[in-house]
Amino acid sequence: MTATLEAAAPTPATGEIPSFTVTLRVRRFNPEVSEEATWQDFTVEAHGTDRVLDALHKIKWDMDGSLTFRRSCAHGVCGSDAVRINGRNRLACKTLLKDVNPDKPITVEPIKGLPVIKDLVVDMEPFFASYREIMPFLITTGNEPSKERYQSPEDRARFDDTTKCILCAACTSSCPVFWTDGQYFGPAAIVNAHRFIFDSRDEGGSQRLEILNDKEGVWRCRTTFNCTEACPRGIEVTKAIQEVKRAMITRAF
Amino acid sequence: MQTHQYDVVIVGAGGAGMRAALESSKEARTAVISKLYPTRSHTGAAQGGMAAALANVEDDNWEWHTFDTVKGGDYLVDQDAAEILAKEAIESVLDLERMGLPFNRTSEGKIDQRRFGGHTRDHGQAAVRRACYAADRTGHMILQTLYQNCVKQDVEFFNEFYVLDLITDHDLTTEEIAAGEEVNATGVVAYDLATGELHVFQAKSIIFATGGAGKIFKTTSNAHTLTGDGMALAYRRGLPLEDMEFFQFHPTGLAGLGILLSEAARGEGGILRNSEGERFMERYAPTIKDLAPRDIVARSMANEVREGRGAGPNKDYVLLDLTHLEPAHIDAKLPDITEFARTYLGIEPYTEPVPVYPTAHYAMGGVPTNVKGEVLRDGVNVVKGLYAAGEVACVSVHGSNRLGTNSLLDINVFGKRSGRAAAEYAKTASFHELPEDPTVRVIAQLDEMRNRPEGERVADIRKALQDTMDLNAQVFRTGDSLNEALTDIRALQKRYRNASVQDKGKLFNTDLLEAIELGFLLDIAEVTVVAAINRKESRGGHYREDYPDRDDAHYMLHTMAYRRPPEASDQAEGHIEGYFDHVEEFDGYKVVLGSKPVIQTRYEPMERKY
Repeated sequence: MTATLEAAAPTPATGEIPSFTVTLRVRRFNPEVSEEATWQDFTVEAHGTDRVLDALHKIKWDMDGSLTFRRSCAHGVCGSDAVRINGRNRLACKTLLKDVNPDKPITVEPIKGLPVIKDLVVDMEPFFASYREIMPFLITTGNEPSKERYQSPEDRARFDDTTKCILCAACTSSCPVFWTDGQYFGPAAIVNAHRFIFDSRDEGGSQRLEILNDKEGVWRCRTTFNCTEACPRGIEVTKAIQEVKRAMITRAF
Repeated sequence: MQTHQYDVVIVGAGGAGMRAALESSKEARTAVISKLYPTRSHTGAAQGGMAAALANVEDDNWEWHTFDTVKGGDYLVDQDAAEILAKEAIESVLDLERMGLPFNRTSEGKIDQRRFGGHTRDHGQAAVRRACYAADRTGHMILQTLYQNCVKQDVEFFNEFYVLDLITDHDLTTEEIAAGEEVNATGVVAYDLATGELHVFQAKSIIFATGGAGKIFKTTSNAHTLTGDGMALAYRRGLPLEDMEFFQFHPTGLAGLGILLSEAARGEGGILRNSEGERFMERYAPTIKDLAPRDIVARSMANEVREGRGAGPNKDYVLLDLTHLEPAHIDAKLPDITEFARTYLGIEPYTEPVPVYPTAHYAMGGVPTNVKGEVLRDGVNVVKGLYAAGEVACVSVHGSNRLGTNSLLDINVFGKRSGRAAAEYAKTASFHELPEDPTVRVIAQLDEMRNRPEGERVADIRKALQDTMDLNAQVFRTGDSLNEALTDIRALQKRYRNASVQDKGKLFNTDLLEAIELGFLLDIAEVTVVAAINRKESRGGHYREDYPDRDDAHYMLHTMAYRRPPEASDQAEGHIEGYFDHVEEFDGYKVVLGSKPVIQTRYEPMERKY
């Protein structure tokens, strides 16, 4: 056992991949300075395991303190730093520089479809407003049980995928329907509705389905799969939307 | 400037803050002020579980949980508080389930439970399944569930507002408070990041739920935003901080990065191995091995590395081995952390062991409170209308070392208690008058930082702080290393006075706020190191190589640290000659240490063996 382990033990990646130089082409916008957004290039030294967020921090901390972006946990669970990297929505803290072709300038811009406040920071309020509208909480009737509600592992598994959502907006802001029609609920809100519609403990399914049956609801989805590709948590977003559509047809309300 | 009036103002929207909000907003007009969108809070990064003796899968009871918590904390736990924690754990978990939290389930459909470090059956006989969990994203599910219920209850949030000052009706930094005289918290001053505007919140009750301060260290599992804001504000306003020398280093951070890999990995059967492939925890904790409490495992790992048995090209980490577990089991129980190993280190945990090393994780100390969540201004007296809950607070249920899964529990139990107490108090209390110019300190501070034309970079000072803390105040400490850290912090406090920011704007100025946060970090590092220098014993998370034994005769007391003006007395409450008598002079103020008794109810201190 020990011998096998020894043989299998890899030499770790940490610190082993040599440093390299990378250029970030960042979309800048500061309404206190100008109404025009511009591109600005920054060249930084990066290590092999550095993420796009590390490069953004190097710029902010060593070169230009005014570069503005949101971030918190820095490992893909808080959902603060969804940005467009080389035209694709990703979390800056979960995207390694070496994986996005650092030989060419890497473009970093705010996610689309939400008003830009400054540099990479967008106004998230419309996004959260849609989320709140689908009643993202367990709805039950009758008396509260004195102990826990029971739920079989199978019933629990039914909505597991959509519980992973971190509300980063990578999906919603990658959706072409959302870009052209800001009223559309967007994939993230539907994912969070799915999380409750398919929870065996919940009794608010028909209310949520009614909300999503609205003209700005699920029927606007054109199944382009951008959302699924964008999701940093690997949620099968398009599938969840399809399941909500099917529930709408099969469930009477 | 805008002014607001609320019965209850809660500062921070992580688990503790939102749990408090769910209670208080039912009874009183409540506002939650948070520097992040609530769902960004670091509660969401907690992985493994929340302890409660539900006995859903095997025999268990809250008394065993209390004992484990007390022993895990190396007997510096206030036992009355630990009893409350363990008893109310059960209802807290059920509360969350009823709010909709999707716990993993047993085959009968009950909340499933798993093993975790330091949680045992019958006072240490064997590991027990006590952690209620949702895969390895229990904290995420708690944060989401609490936010969802805040949406349901229409809780009022002020998001991306930074609280930069606490207002009280007496100046505790200088004033002598006569016996029996009331001190009241009257409001907070907050900075709206989006506009740069200041907002004054007058409140009857204020709850601090601002979380931890892990960013005083370089290698940490903590978010960039965990800068000890609430602790530092209380400290600056003359309130004591308790037991700040006790910082938890979580054993399994991804090597070199510090990103957390849950203890659940070991709860589900993962094994720590050194470069020789040896399961070294068998030597350090023969009974529960890899599931020993975190302080013991972290020290054991650091010791393996020091003695040359570290793995990797630089022999500077150990290995977390999951390769004997079924991939399907890993996928079901540990999907997120295995994904971290793949994403950040390019390691496939199905087939390769994962490089890990201790990472700064949790402050056991903080703003002292009683079991209602009321903040103490000395060993006994409270500040009326001021509460604290969660990592910012020190109740103390964690003593000198917190058990895994007890922090998700802490935020729920004491978040709920403080929310209730704050609302209850607000019902009978009246608003206290604010000073004429409540924002004067904050304006001065912001203007000074913003207007300083040229100066040192904030990032350079922060990096120097984090480097010295990692080097000198980590798992192993000595008097010399700590004094080294103190010398550095002193110099950095000076350099900070010459720091400047490049962004001079009003709008979403994160450059400015990072500079303000650095000030909080420096203060927290300062008090952490001073308290660590004074405690000449080893207990829980505080290990002094020059004093390797626990010294109950002299140090079975909580440290209370006060920042005072230079002319103030050198003695604080709980002053004990030779032990709790340390005074450290700084430029323009001094830190004075005192003590507070540890509350013992059922358990006499024993030697801590696992």
